[in-house]
Amino acid sequence: MPAHASPDAGQSEDPAGLLTRRRFLTYVVAAPVLTVAASSVITPGKAYAVVPSPPQPENILDLGDVMVAATKQVEDLLVLEVTPDNRVVFRVPRAEVGQGITTALAMVVADEIDARLTDVEVPLEEARQDLGTAQSTGGSSSVRALWDPVRSIAAEARARLVTAAAERWDLPARSLSTRDTAVWAPDGRSATYGSLTEAAAEVAVPAVSTDPKPSSEYRLIGKSTPRIDARSIVTGQARFALDVDVSGALPTVVIRPPTLKGTVESYDGSAALRMPGVMAVTELPSGVAVTAKTFDQALKARSAVDVTWGRGTVDGVSDAEIKERLAKAIPSSTLPALLDQRVVDATFDFAFVNHAPMEVGSAVADVQSGSAEVWLATKSPTGAQSAVAEAVELDVDQVTLHVVRGGGSFGRRIYHEPAVEAALVSQAIGKPVKLMWTRNDDMRHGRVRPRSHHKLRAVHAAGQVLSYEHRMSCVELDLGSGTGQALVDAGYVNPTVGSAFYTLSQSCPYHFGVVTESLNEVSYDMPTATWRSVYSGQARTAEEILVDEIAKALGTDAVVMRKKFLKTAEARAVLDKVATEGEWGRAMSSGTAQGVALHGEYRSIAACLVEIDCRGTKPRVTKAVMALDVGRQVNPSGLRAQAMGSLMDGISTVLLAGNHLDDGAFREGSFSDFQYARQADAPLECDVHLVGGTGKPGGVGELCVPAAAGAVANAYARATGKKPRTFPINF
Amino acid sequence: MPSYAFKLNDKNVTVEAPADMSLLWVLRDLLGVTGPKYGCGVGVCRACTCHVNGQAVQVCTLTAADVVGKKVTTIEGLAPDGGLHPVQQAWMDEDVAQCGFCQPGQIMQAAALLKAKPRPSDADIDKIMNVCRCGTYCRIRKAIKRAATT
Repeated sequence: MPAHASPDAGQSEDPAGLLTRRRFLTYVVAAPVLTVAASSVITPGKAYAVVPSPPQPENILDLGDVMVAATKQVEDLLVLEVTPDNRVVFRVPRAEVGQGITTALAMVVADEIDARLTDVEVPLEEARQDLGTAQSTGGSSSVRALWDPVRSIAAEARARLVTAAAERWDLPARSLSTRDTAVWAPDGRSATYGSLTEAAAEVAVPAVSTDPKPSSEYRLIGKSTPRIDARSIVTGQARFALDVDVSGALPTVVIRPPTLKGTVESYDGSAALRMPGVMAVTELPSGVAVTAKTFDQALKARSAVDVTWGRGTVDGVSDAEIKERLAKAIPSSTLPALLDQRVVDATFDFAFVNHAPMEVGSAVADVQSGSAEVWLATKSPTGAQSAVAEAVELDVDQVTLHVVRGGGSFGRRIYHEPAVEAALVSQAIGKPVKLMWTRNDDMRHGRVRPRSHHKLRAVHAAGQVLSYEHRMSCVELDLGSGTGQALVDAGYVNPTVGSAFYTLSQSCPYHFGVVTESLNEVSYDMPTATWRSVYSGQARTAEEILVDEIAKALGTDAVVMRKKFLKTAEARAVLDKVATEGEWGRAMSSGTAQGVALHGEYRSIAACLVEIDCRGTKPRVTKAVMALDVGRQVNPSGLRAQAMGSLMDGISTVLLAGNHLDDGAFREGSFSDFQYARQADAPLECDVHLVGGTGKPGGVGELCVPAAAGAVANAYARATGKKPRTFPINF
Repeated sequence: MPSYAFKLNDKNVTVEAPADMSLLWVLRDLLGVTGPKYGCGVGVCRACTCHVNGQAVQVCTLTAADVVGKKVTTIEGLAPDGGLHPVQQAWMDEDVAQCGFCQPGQIMQAAALLKAKPRPSDADIDKIMNVCRCGTYCRIRKAIKRAATT
């Protein structure tokens, strides 16, 4: 077990606190090897006043800042260990669902401690209540929040290893150097970190600086590095929840109601229980579970269970009704135009969108009397652990929750229904189970990006935009986990969490005079969730479309107009980059066109230029050029991958992918009718340019969705002459 | 229960299974081969793509009976003896994978395509229907083209 806290260990040597930040706080409790906990505070475990007060504008304090603050509060609980076999192990308090953060964090550790990247291990940390929401993954904040603590922890470890080597060789510590997971003496002698770890654990005060190195000394940070788990992925060895070998875990699937959140009134499982391989039929709050020796048997036995269903929570409700209620939920404009002023206005509607990660909801659970063990891909490990404990009536510390890699998330894995279901079935039948949602389950009962309605209005005169108003309404977003929980922990009251999230994530990047932005949520009891880029996915996309229409009204080119009104040099720089690299304004055939948009959030900014061909049976984005300024670039290859993935989300949500709600149930059931982009929808050319690159890392995971979506919509408008208003366009 | 014999990743296997059991679950639940993934169960997401006699197929749409006497290759058997197939190497060189879940299926699809068409056109690559929800399509295209030249 890692050493979590030993508050007295460091203090006893420096009772007056003279070493302050230099002080080594917590180390080597359970392990006789070097185990360093990051901290820049004097008293571990003491909460200190970095928690923001709500609400402030996004450009002063954004959601990521809340996550950074949450992480900072517990940074002395993050642990790095050097093992005798020369492995440097950092337990990552985040989820890996494809963002590439494990690779990025391994690079930071390796660079700072001077280890070979192949000697660094970055397992995902088990759920730890002492980490709280600091263990949540969301808000594109992982690398941003861990950048300082991880460099501190690794620099501290390096200093101790150097000190231990200096003592062993009786040489001045300053004369030693570090590289390749070893300390080197001027005479060429070397000692591996593994050979020094026990001695390093005994070092009271390091003899060399524990400050992180200057950026000029980075070897890995900033260099494109392939995923550290690439080989295991391409050879099929990477293990997802249902690939974990838990002895005796029985395949389990759940028969779910015909409408959202329907209930089980009664059921008869006797016929199913007579089928080959079927082991148990178990009632759950969400349906009826069938457990069998194989998934094939469990899936086939579903039809033999006779279930009488109660009503769902939105029976009778369809898209049309919701659309109407959302439109009514928007207050009328407060800023009338005067006689000599002109108005550009538009309303937009965005459909529900499922997350549809490739790996469906899955969990393995083994609940015994007095203990439980769960394997789950989760972005909210402590939330999942608490939910399982409550469901099976155990104390939280009796539940061990292993975080396993996830097959995509896009916001979905902040929620953890499969873990609770698996635990309940395991408890009921007294055996470990591996529970899987079918694709139909995920599509029809999984969560969705809430349907939204937007009313935008700009007033201009004499070439200036005098006022700009954006009123958004949407089906209430369930923020009860992950980043939403972090906001609650930071002092936001639950009913205002949605508006706090909105306020902290939205800011208009343009000088548009009096800017008014608001969100009204309409309550429906249905399974919604944060979806990659959350409110910005719709709100900023709508704004970027209106900006094109304002430019047209002003008789100005869309890029020239944006450059005129943009607030920051960084925004103009990324826009300039895509305009230049993408040959903005080049002559194109009728039915094809370019479109451009940008979006800033997470202390980063991105611009996107696409070319679209609308001459065929369905529009195709043929080319994309993106430019990102994300501050410090840890892994350029990973940053580009996130931009390309977000581009596909922009293409999908604008042109193709959405979910219809028909009488309380979602219509789409699989990838046959949920039209997420495939290879033939992807551009043939896609270039991602990274600009800037100094300071601290900004967020990137969700950054490019609104820029891509806006660019696709604007290109479509220019190619077809139509004003896009409802999304997806082909629905 | 009937038993079925076929060649799995160059080894002869015999498996007892119900006649209508999906080959995906035969591989995963009976034979412990977890490279092929469940993504839809109806052959549309193609995360379970494997080779049967060298052709890319969705094993969730087949049964054990369908492959009797045939050669079934999963991602685990694409390259012999712990090596890498040129497509796998190209995938690493282009840093394609994000979450990784669909990638075994994507790689098997690409390997089958290259076997049939050593120099595939963009139109050939466009015909790949495997879903990648992380949106790695641009790098998949580059990796296929890279593998085609090696």
